[in-house]
Amino acid sequence: MSPFLKGMRHGIPIALGYLSVSFGFGILAAKHFSVAVATIISATNLTSAGQLAGLNIMTECAPSIAAFLEMALTQLIINMRYSLMGISLSQKLDGTFNTPRRMVTAFGITDEIFAAASAQEGKITARYLYGMILIAFLGWTGGTFLGASAGEILPQSLTDAMGLSLYGMFLAIIIPPARKSKGVLLVVIAAAFLSLIFHFLLPFITSGFAVILCAVAAAALGAWLCPVREEEDA
Amino acid sequence: MSTGNIAIFIAVMAGVTYLIRMLPFTLFRKEIKSPFFKSFLHYVPYAVLSAMTIPSIFYATGSLLTAAVGTITAAVLAYYRKSLIVVALAAAAAAFLTDVLLQYLT
Repeated sequence: MSPFLKGMRHGIPIALGYLSVSFGFGILAAKHFSVAVATIISATNLTSAGQLAGLNIMTECAPSIAAFLEMALTQLIINMRYSLMGISLSQKLDGTFNTPRRMVTAFGITDEIFAAASAQEGKITARYLYGMILIAFLGWTGGTFLGASAGEILPQSLTDAMGLSLYGMFLAIIIPPARKSKGVLLVVIAAAFLSLIFHFLLPFITSGFAVILCAVAAAALGAWLCPVREEEDA
Repeated sequence: MSTGNIAIFIAVMAGVTYLIRMLPFTLFRKEIKSPFFKSFLHYVPYAVLSAMTIPSIFYATGSLLTAAVGTITAAVLAYYRKSLIVVALAAAAAAFLTDVLLQYLT
């Protein structure tokens, strides 16, 4: 199978997960903006938490320089994890990954694409990432379009339940490696514990910033107590 | 809001998000040697996903009970290494069925 098709195949569960979540985003966005605006936001951003925060700013704040700056700062904080992921993923790229290819595939660095690509054995090619990103992009953008156009017809209980699918996918990504590796288990538990502390004891810290702090602290703890040995895909 | 201002908001949102992704991914070329930093980067995705899931997963459906049923379903299936899409859809299906059952019973 060609790397492009393999990437697409590995991207199918991501696309289906995105479809259901972006459907919900489409429903929310269509309350204040047109179907076209909702779809363009998803097509140009390809991120869940950042878009939701951005949508909130667009509905709450009147357009002004201050509001545009708030938008920039919020995206910077919520999406800063992609910088860490980009550096991490840059270690797995094969030799043919030149600057233009990096600039194109960078658009598709999301939590799930990063996790799926990182889980691959050995180096990854640009074509593999193109395939995965294309199908994930179609799922995310298509789901937003469908949700914005048709969300009102579906019963609330169904759309509510669909909100769980992305988190279910997160669990499917983190639980199997946590069974295999004590380090991953430690990191997962530490991050969850810190996240609970932020949520219940420090609610004034925005969710995007809390994720950064939890991730950096938990990953550093794991690296300190359970360093990954060379060539071991723990 | 005018179309122009909507366009500015979206451009700022998309531009910042793209630069955050693109700059480190494109400019970082060295192979990382430090065992600590290598391990740190290996653990980052698991830490991010865990922190994003807990406790948010319990608020994802608007009902703690249906979310908890969906979460347990997903956790059990993930433990037995079912595929991503099976786990994702089973979580949503379990929450939906719980909600239907609750409405039927009450």
